[in-house]
Amino acid sequence: MKVLVAVKRVVDYNVKVRAKADGSDVDLNNVKMSINPFCEIAVEEAVRLKEAGIATEVIAVSVGDKSCQEQIRTALALGADRGIQVDVQGKVEPLVIAKLLKAVVDKEQPQLVILGKQSIDGDNNQTGQMLGALAKMGQGTFASKVVVEGDKVNVTREIDGGLQTVSLKLPAIITTDLRLNEPRYASLPNIMKAKKKQLDVYTPEELGVAVTSHLTQVKVQPPAARKAGIKVKDVQELVDKLKNEAKVIS
Amino acid sequence: MSTLVIAEHDNNNLKVSTLNTVAAAQAIGGAIDILVAGGNCGAVATAAAAVPGIGKVLVADNAAYAHQLAGNVSLLIAEVAANYDNILAPATPNCKNFLPRVAALLDVAQISDVTAVESADTFQRPIYAGNVIATVKSTDAKKVITVRTTAYDAAPATGGSASIEAIGAVHDAGISSFVSEEVAVSERPELTSASVVISGGRGMQNGENFKLLDGIADKLGAAIGASRAAVDAGFVPNDMQVGQTGKIVAPDLYIAVGISGAIQHLAGMKDSKVIVAINKDEDAPIFQVADYGLVADLFAALPELEAKL
Ligand SMILES: Cc1cc2nc3c(=O)[nH]c(=O)nc-3n(C[C@H](O)[C@H](O)[C@H](O)COP(=O)(O)OP(=O)(O)OC[C@H]3O[C@@H](n4cnc5c(N)ncnc54)[C@H](O)[C@@H]3O)c2cc1C
Repeated sequence: MKVLVAVKRVVDYNVKVRAKADGSDVDLNNVKMSINPFCEIAVEEAVRLKEAGIATEVIAVSVGDKSCQEQIRTALALGADRGIQVDVQGKVEPLVIAKLLKAVVDKEQPQLVILGKQSIDGDNNQTGQMLGALAKMGQGTFASKVVVEGDKVNVTREIDGGLQTVSLKLPAIITTDLRLNEPRYASLPNIMKAKKKQLDVYTPEELGVAVTSHLTQVKVQPPAARKAGIKVKDVQELVDKLKNEAKVIS
Repeated sequence: MSTLVIAEHDNNNLKVSTLNTVAAAQAIGGAIDILVAGGNCGAVATAAAAVPGIGKVLVADNAAYAHQLAGNVSLLIAEVAANYDNILAPATPNCKNFLPRVAALLDVAQISDVTAVESADTFQRPIYAGNVIATVKSTDAKKVITVRTTAYDAAPATGGSASIEAIGAVHDAGISSFVSEEVAVSERPELTSASVVISGGRGMQNGENFKLLDGIADKLGAAIGASRAAVDAGFVPNDMQVGQTGKIVAPDLYIAVGISGAIQHLAGMKDSKVIVAINKDEDAPIFQVADYGLVADLFAALPELEAKL
């Protein structure tokens, strides 16, 4: 079966992003960009399904401008077979990304679509679920275990208080949580090979999707600052401060 | 203007996150109804009807909704949404699972993790692990919103007497089914609503050592949390993870033990009222957000703290 994996280009998770002083947007000048960590886990899971003989082809798709081809190549170096870039400029909302992915799903007819549960820039946690609704597919979000059995997939999900397992009819949507797997590192030969793998580019027009906007960003600002704290010299002083100064314990 | 609040529950109890969400709905203004979708969830409907200021409680009580399967519940909510301007749900793992499906079915955006209401169409929400607060304005006629529960004090739970109305509609999308659930039962307060939280990190070294936190948690009535490193290492279960991609907490007192203070962890606890950090590395970033920092070996400090409380 074919597996489609969505990957997003985001600010590297080690970067502490700040609002610009004029509040117009976040400052992303010269910051390191990477594949979203949850998407990397999605790629790894798809590649493992291929290595296990369950998936026959892994296609990595990204919605973004030309620079996201870098992240598609990362996915190809990790073991995806070919790539698709949906060429859009600027920020695209999750609903539109889901519509574009739905169009790619219609074209490619994958049995499984794996996405990250959230991207660490917008922190929206929406795209996989929206794609599920548009494609009328079942979903296993926040997955920590995936088992394909015949025409079904069992997904163990991280929920409040523990774990839940659901059974989904294929084709189905999976979104990854952190504990699903530990992604491998791409080897140098695989990075070289990835450069020669097929990468198709589509425009939203070609996919028949209108890039609409439902939200406007009015401004951005830093979160409320915490006042500077102090170091206490020992446990006794800590207890005294909590009792008498902060008054949070009695 | 009218708002539908989606109840968070386990078919027996109405979760307090629903009350935080009602508070956010009140900040928007207008009439508020609550939808309870579940299986054998009558007790939840009764509890929801007692929340003051609610017009009516809609109850869809059917096996198809018993496990909150996203494919089924989203079809129900999208149908009920026809009569409302706003659909609000708490940003819990359960509601995050189905609400984006509702938004897609309605062809509108979802605004995730709202922390402040500026006006009927303008909201604040954290992005980039809470390092930036964005103000966003919606142009959709219908707004689908998840509420960051720590941003709103819970509305009162009793005193109201809303009417209860059954919804007959049964949506079974037939695309997914429930297999099993493993839920840990704990005597401790829930992490997301506890007034004191004590969390352990990689510095705890193993799961056994988390017992050092138990006695302190008992004395303070605290919930116990953890960093991702502690969860990944298998010290404690995943639902104890606090952070950008785990639980968001904002208790009166948060005690971080053997936690370095990575951006992703801070995202889940830096709105706590008072933060205490115990770490043997005086340069650990956690000290930058701590009101009271104690540079010490946790294996010496924890027993002493328990004894002195
Ligand atoms: C996409 C993504 C999402 C993430 N989401 C989360 C999240 O939601 N929550 C989260 O927590 N992390 C998250 N992380 C991981 C995060 O980046 C850090 O790796 C993690 O928080 C580190 O956990 P830690 O502080 O316990 O471990 P470490 O960073 O290893 O820190 C251990 C600390 O313990 C101290 N210590 C050790 N021994 C002792 C002792 N005997 N006494 C006192 N102190 C001691 C050390 O000085 C050190 O500061 C995420 C990462 C990524 C990439």
